[in-house]
Amino acid sequence: MVPQTKRIELTLESVLDSVDLAESISMRICASAGFPEEECHKIGMSVREAVINAYKYGNQKNREKKIFMTVEFDDEKMVVKILDQGPGFEIEDIPDPLAEENLLRTSGRGLFLMRAFMDEFTVQRGVVGGAELIMVKRLPGKPSSNGTQTTAQDKES
Amino acid sequence: MTLHGTVRDNSGVAIVDFSGRITLGEGSATLRNMVKECVGSGKKKILLNLADVDYIDSAGIGELVSAFTTVRTAGGELKLLSLTNRVKDILQITRLYTVFDVQSEEWTAIHSYK
Repeated sequence: MVPQTKRIELTLESVLDSVDLAESISMRICASAGFPEEECHKIGMSVREAVINAYKYGNQKNREKKIFMTVEFDDEKMVVKILDQGPGFEIEDIPDPLAEENLLRTSGRGLFLMRAFMDEFTVQRGVVGGAELIMVKRLPGKPSSNGTQTTAQDKES
Repeated sequence: MTLHGTVRDNSGVAIVDFSGRITLGEGSATLRNMVKECVGSGKKKILLNLADVDYIDSAGIGELVSAFTTVRTAGGELKLLSLTNRVKDILQITRLYTVFDVQSEEWTAIHSYK
């Protein structure tokens, strides 16, 4: 049987309000998909951080540029993609916020939080440029391919 | 919900009672301004009561770190009081729980300042 995929697309302005809007919408989507409240919170926060990244660092608050948000569901998982129109970046270039010398930095924790709260997290170049952040969360009760259910704590240990 | 803060004094410690969310934009600015006001008025012992703060994002975390270093640079000490589980979790996974002096009781916190 072919898995059924549902897809939602949003185009957001590069303004601060888009951060709250994206978070709020993603949390509603999560609730309707049956995620528990705490998981909705973590997904909402991850989306928030991704949109902050696009707004602040990708599009550099340029209102001419857009932020593209896509949420897809299949039978197993939810996939959120946030694409900006900035220069893009390499994740290897981002300093480790847990390193002793970076603990007192006032920025640089957003990507780390997304990675901690989601089951999978990758960054790639968009087809026409920009950075695309891709986050995956397995649906409630759906194990990973190796039969386990990963949590943020598992990944931190 | 935006961030609200009020300052009170208890035994020479400036206690800032916050409620709401510490997030990019207004929330972070409120935190920054209130800590700057305390430092500007000569307060050296500053305690941020976060009992009614149930949400903090990466910008808010950055603002807490900035407040910590601002107070320390001015020769003072900034501590945190009564973290909610969500804020505590964030500080733990970012390893900042070991950087901040986190207190759970106001009376104990007040007497912990040098």
